[in-house]
Amino acid sequence: MEQMSRRNFLRALGAGGAATALAACGTLPDGRKGKAQVVVIGGGSGGATAAKYLKRFEPGLRVVLIEPNARHHTCYGSNWYLGGLTRMENLEQTYGALRDRHGVEVIHDTVTAIDRDTHTVHMAGGERLGYQKLVVSPGIDFRYEAVEGYSAAVAEEIPHAWKAGPQTVTLRRQLEAMPDGGVFVMVAPGNPFRCPPGPYERAGMVAHYFKQHKPRSKIIILDNKESFSKQGLFMDGWKQLYGDMIEWVPSSQGGQVERIDAATRTAYSDGGLTRFRADVLNFIPPQMAGSIAREAGLTAETGWCPVNQLNFQSEMDPDIFVIGDACIAGQMPKSGHSANTQGKTAAAAIVRAMANQDMLALSTVNTCYSLVGPEYGISIAAVYRFTDGTITGVPGSGGVSPADAGPNFRRQEARYAQGWYDSITSDIWG
Amino acid sequence: MKHTLLRHSSRALLLALAGLGFTHTATAEVSRGALMATTCYACHGTDGRSAGAIPSIYGYPPEIMIAQMKAFRDGTRPATVMDRHATGYTDEEIKLIAEYLSTLR
Repeated sequence: MEQMSRRNFLRALGAGGAATALAACGTLPDGRKGKAQVVVIGGGSGGATAAKYLKRFEPGLRVVLIEPNARHHTCYGSNWYLGGLTRMENLEQTYGALRDRHGVEVIHDTVTAIDRDTHTVHMAGGERLGYQKLVVSPGIDFRYEAVEGYSAAVAEEIPHAWKAGPQTVTLRRQLEAMPDGGVFVMVAPGNPFRCPPGPYERAGMVAHYFKQHKPRSKIIILDNKESFSKQGLFMDGWKQLYGDMIEWVPSSQGGQVERIDAATRTAYSDGGLTRFRADVLNFIPPQMAGSIAREAGLTAETGWCPVNQLNFQSEMDPDIFVIGDACIAGQMPKSGHSANTQGKTAAAAIVRAMANQDMLALSTVNTCYSLVGPEYGISIAAVYRFTDGTITGVPGSGGVSPADAGPNFRRQEARYAQGWYDSITSDIWG
Repeated sequence: MKHTLLRHSSRALLLALAGLGFTHTATAEVSRGALMATTCYACHGTDGRSAGAIPSIYGYPPEIMIAQMKAFRDGTRPATVMDRHATGYTDEEIKLIAEYLSTLR
């Protein structure tokens, strides 16, 4: 009995620290008096996973997920749509299961401010919500100003299509309207950016569409870097399936685009000496953490959020955890799979912290499948550990699909690409 | 005397917390095996119940899971991607994952 009391006392002390912080700001502005425990901002791959796993790890916890849209389209799979392999509806995720099966409170609103002093989140609809711990998973924003001639307004006609949704549909319609023999030019960003193999999967998917419907067309990738993810596998696959339809131009050979002329759909590099005229131009701008993370002071000069890479706790605020594309996570790529595994890690860290337990050893993974063609899949995988303050791949593990694999292996990985999609989306939103 | 005091202050604190609406006390423990097992779920589905073409691992007896992971790791069992994953785990970690998965009902 006495031992019980002592344990309760310690527990109460642990929770007391946070309770005092809440008490200091008085009644919580939402009128629900201190009951909000963990608030998650952003219902993409990271935030939705964190919300679900917080409830799985600790069903008694109150978890509130704030996400502007009632429907989320995954970025992964959106290249398959561009290639005509799937429909946008198949990329659509909703929040019913999180709410009904897992007990997450879902609010569809936009967070306009995080008041870190009072532990309060402000929403566009006027509502305010207090938090004890906050998970921030805002995804990316674009650095529109990085290249002359591009802007949010220009992006309506020269789509980036790097957030799945209306822009993805716009790009597909432009490709459909393009005459046979036309040129599709894609500008790929420098590192780091969301979905490192994404631009190259897109090239293959567009090539698949062209091969069937407009086989005299050409694809040019203007790259703001010298190499890219799964490069050998992609280039080999392109050659096998599409001959010389796809041309890749690295930054040192004219790929470093400095200016866009939207009216003529022309990209300029080498101080204007080299130009590429497109029939369809797809400009993927450089990126940074989503605006709410920047406005809340959670970003470093790089535009990304530094975190303790053991548990994803913000370096700027111990009660905030930043996950997904917005955070700096050592060797982990900015991918939906990374965001998923980071959401689970942050959820575990928060639940353990609330029970006054230290964080466990980090255990995260990543697997990125890409389709070169409908029956031609390739992958890159990694298992990560926390070593010397940063997330690093376990030596001797991970890597890309074998270069010498035959067609059965590629077909199997194409099947697994769809299998991965089905499983991860059910693990996040199901 | 000391214990009584402790008990009283404990009660006082709990009462104060209840007044704030802090009825929740964290009781669960997220184990290392549980956290590591979640890394399987992205591809194999939550709790190992796959939603698609990737095999389910739900309900695997631990000794079979351990044997298969080690076979992927040393290359005796062919794989598309599991060899690249299995090489990332020690014997102890494989055992923790397998034992945790076997507790799921």
